[in-house]
Amino acid sequence: MNRPASRELVLFGGLAVLLAVVFASQGAAFGTRMLVEASCLAIVALGLTIQWGYAGLFNVGIMGFIALAGYTTVLFSFPVNDAFWSSEGPAMLGVTALYLIVGGLVTYGASQTHRLGLAKKYRTLLTLIAGAATYLAVSGALGDAAKLIEGEAGFVGGFGLPAWVGWLGGGALAGLLGWAMGRLTLGLRADYMAIATLGIAEIVKAYLKNADWLTRGTLTVSPLPWPVPTPADLGFVASRSAYLSVTAIMIVVIFVLLQRAWAAPWGRMMRAIRDNELSAAAMGKDINRRRLEMFVIGNVIIGIGGGALITFGSIFDPSSFLPLNHTFLIWVMVILGGAGNNLGTVFGGLFVYVIWTMSEPAALFLFDQVSYWGDRLFDWQAPSDMATRALQMRVFVIGLTITLVLRFAPRGLIPEQPVKYE
Amino acid sequence: MPETGLLAAMPIHELVFFINKGIVAGLIIGSIYALGAVGVTMIFGILRFAHFAHGDMMTSGAFIALMLTALLPGAGALVGLPTAFVLLPIAMALTALLAIVLDRWFYRPLRRANVRPVTIVMASVGVMLMMQGLIRLIFGTGTRPLYVGAKDIYRIPVGESFIVVTEPQVLLFVFTAVCIIALHFFLTRSRLGKAMRAVADNADLARVSGISTETVVRATWIIGGALAAAGGTLLALDVTLKPDLSFNILLPIFAAAIVGGIGQPYGAIAGGLVVGFTETLAVFNWSVLLRPLKPVLPEWIELPNQLTFVPTEYKIVIPFFILVAVLIWRPTGIFRGRLIK
Repeated sequence: MNRPASRELVLFGGLAVLLAVVFASQGAAFGTRMLVEASCLAIVALGLTIQWGYAGLFNVGIMGFIALAGYTTVLFSFPVNDAFWSSEGPAMLGVTALYLIVGGLVTYGASQTHRLGLAKKYRTLLTLIAGAATYLAVSGALGDAAKLIEGEAGFVGGFGLPAWVGWLGGGALAGLLGWAMGRLTLGLRADYMAIATLGIAEIVKAYLKNADWLTRGTLTVSPLPWPVPTPADLGFVASRSAYLSVTAIMIVVIFVLLQRAWAAPWGRMMRAIRDNELSAAAMGKDINRRRLEMFVIGNVIIGIGGGALITFGSIFDPSSFLPLNHTFLIWVMVILGGAGNNLGTVFGGLFVYVIWTMSEPAALFLFDQVSYWGDRLFDWQAPSDMATRALQMRVFVIGLTITLVLRFAPRGLIPEQPVKYE
Repeated sequence: MPETGLLAAMPIHELVFFINKGIVAGLIIGSIYALGAVGVTMIFGILRFAHFAHGDMMTSGAFIALMLTALLPGAGALVGLPTAFVLLPIAMALTALLAIVLDRWFYRPLRRANVRPVTIVMASVGVMLMMQGLIRLIFGTGTRPLYVGAKDIYRIPVGESFIVVTEPQVLLFVFTAVCIIALHFFLTRSRLGKAMRAVADNADLARVSGISTETVVRATWIIGGALAAAGGTLLALDVTLKPDLSFNILLPIFAAAIVGGIGQPYGAIAGGLVVGFTETLAVFNWSVLLRPLKPVLPEWIELPNQLTFVPTEYKIVIPFFILVAVLIWRPTGIFRGRLIK
C-alpha cells in the first residue's frame, strides 16, 4: 500500500541484527522459542492495536482474555477424559446448565413484566428475587457436580479436537466476553471501561484458578497437544521452527486482512469515529455499535494469539497469568511500535519481547555487579532476596517506557500513516 | 416475666460474633476504601481521569511511614501510641509531596499537550508500574509488620462474650472520622475548598471567574496523596504491609468512587463503606446466625455449615459486580455525581 520508508527498513534491519546476535549467543533452540512466543504476542498486540489505535478503546484486561482463550484451547484440544464422560458428571453439568437457562429466562421475563402493566418497583423486586433464586440453584447444583467430578475424574478433560479449533474457539469466547463487557461500558467514558476490564481480568483468573473441576486449578494441565510435531519427534529446533511457521502464517493473514480493512470504507469510517466522534455521529454513524464491533474483533484476535501462546507453552497454569507479562507488556509493544500502524505493532511486538527476554539475565547480572561492588567498596550487605528484587527493575522499566513514549513519542516508532486517496 | 426471659432468648453469642466478623470488619475495610476513594473521586472530578496509580500511592505512603518508624523508633513511646501513627502526619506530607512531583513530571506535560484524557489514564498506568517496581526493588516482595510489639486489645463485654477491637482499629475509626470532618469544613468553609468544588463543577466557568487552576490542581494532589498515605498506613497497622496491596485495592476504590458519584467526596465515603460492607457480608458465614433458630425450625431443614453468598476466593468479584450494577442502573452514582462522557 504505502512505499516502505527508510525508517521502517532501518528498524527492521536493526531487529534482524538483534535477532542474529541472540541466535548466535544463546543458540538456535532458545532463539526459536523466543521468536515463537514473540510472534504469538505480536498477534495479541495486533488485536490491541485495533482497540487502542483504531478505536481509542482502553483495554487493561488483556490478561483475562488471554487466560480465557487459553483455557478454551485446553478444553477443545486436550485429550478426552473417559473417567469424566463415564461418570455422572456430564448429566449433572447438564442439569446445572438447564437450571441456568430456565433461571435466566425467568429472570429475563421478570425484568420485562412492566410491559404487562406491573409497577416498576415490583418488577425490580421480582427480577432480583428471580436472579437470586437462579444464583442459589445454579451454584448449589454446580457445587455438587464439581465435587463429584473432582472426586471421580479429576477434571473434565478436553474434547480432543485439533489445536487450531481451540484457538478459534478461544478467540470466539474472548470475543463474546468482550461483547458482553462492551455492551455494559462502551456508552460511558473510556475510563469506566478500563476499570471494568481490569476487574474482569481478575475475575476470570480467580475463577480459572479455583474451579478445579474445570481447569485442575493449581495442579495445571499439561502437556497440551501441538498442531505440529512436538520436540519429542523432531527435536527442539525443528519442531519450534515448524510452530513458528504456523504463527508466522497467522500473523501474515491477520496483517493482510487488517491492512485491507483499514484501507476500505470500513476503516475510513472507523478513523472518522476515532478522530471526530461528533461529526461522525452527525453523518449517521452508530458510534457505540461500531466501537463494540472494534472491541469484539480486537478481542477475537487477542484470543487467537493467546490460544497459540498457551499451546506453545504446553502447560495451562492459571496462576501464571500475570497482568505484567500479559497486559502491560502488550501495551508497551503497541504504543512503542506505533498504535494504529499494523507494521509498527508487529515490530513493537517482536522488538519488545526480545528486549524483555534478554532483560532478565541482564538485570540479574547488573544487580550481581551492584551487590559485588557495593560489598567491596562500601561494605554493603546486599539483601538475600536480591535476585527476585532485581527482576522488579523490569516492572519499573516497563512503566518508565510507557510514560516516556506517551510524552515524547506519542505516535510510536512507526507512526500511523495517513491514508491518502488520490 | 421471668428474669432470664428476653435476654436469654437473644442469641448474644452469635450476635457478638456477627458484630466482630461483620460489622467491625466491614467498617475497617470500608474506612480504608473511603480514604482511597476520596482521592480518586477528587482527581477524577477535577483532573478528569481515572488515577490508576492511587493504590500504589497508598502503598508508598505506608512504606514512607515504615521508613520514618525505622528512623525514629522512639517517637511512639513518648505519646503512648504506635510509632507509625504518631509519624503519620509526616508520612502524609511526604506522600502529598510525592503526588505533586508525580503530577509535575508525568501528568502536567500531557495536560499541557492537550492529549485525550485516555492517554493520561495510560500514563497513570505507567506511573503505577514504576511505583510498584520501585517499592518492590527497595523493600522486597515479602510482608512486614508496621505495628511494633503486641497490639492492645480492647474487649467490650456483652453478655458472656466480647466485642473485640484492637488499638490500630480504634485509631483507624477515629482518624477516618477526623479526616472526613476536616475535609467537610475545608470544602465548605475555606476559599480554596470552594474553588475546588467550582472547578469540579465547571472548569471553564471557574477559570474565567479568576480561579487559579494550578492551585486547585495542587490542592487536589495534596488531599489525595495525604489521604492515600493515611489509608495505606492505617491498613498496614491493622494487618501487615505488603507491596501487593496496591493492585488488590484498586478495583474496590474505583468501585467506591463510582458508586458514590464521580467528583463527590461524601459520595466516595459512602461508597467506600458500601463496598466494604458488601464485601465483608458477602463472604460472612450466615449459618452462624441461623444456628440459634435450629430448635424452632422444622426437622427437614438442614442448616449447612458454610452459608456464604460468595466464597472467599472470589471476593474480588464483589466490587466488580457493584460497579457493573451501578453502571447499568445509575451511572451517576448514589450521590448524583457527574457522568463524565
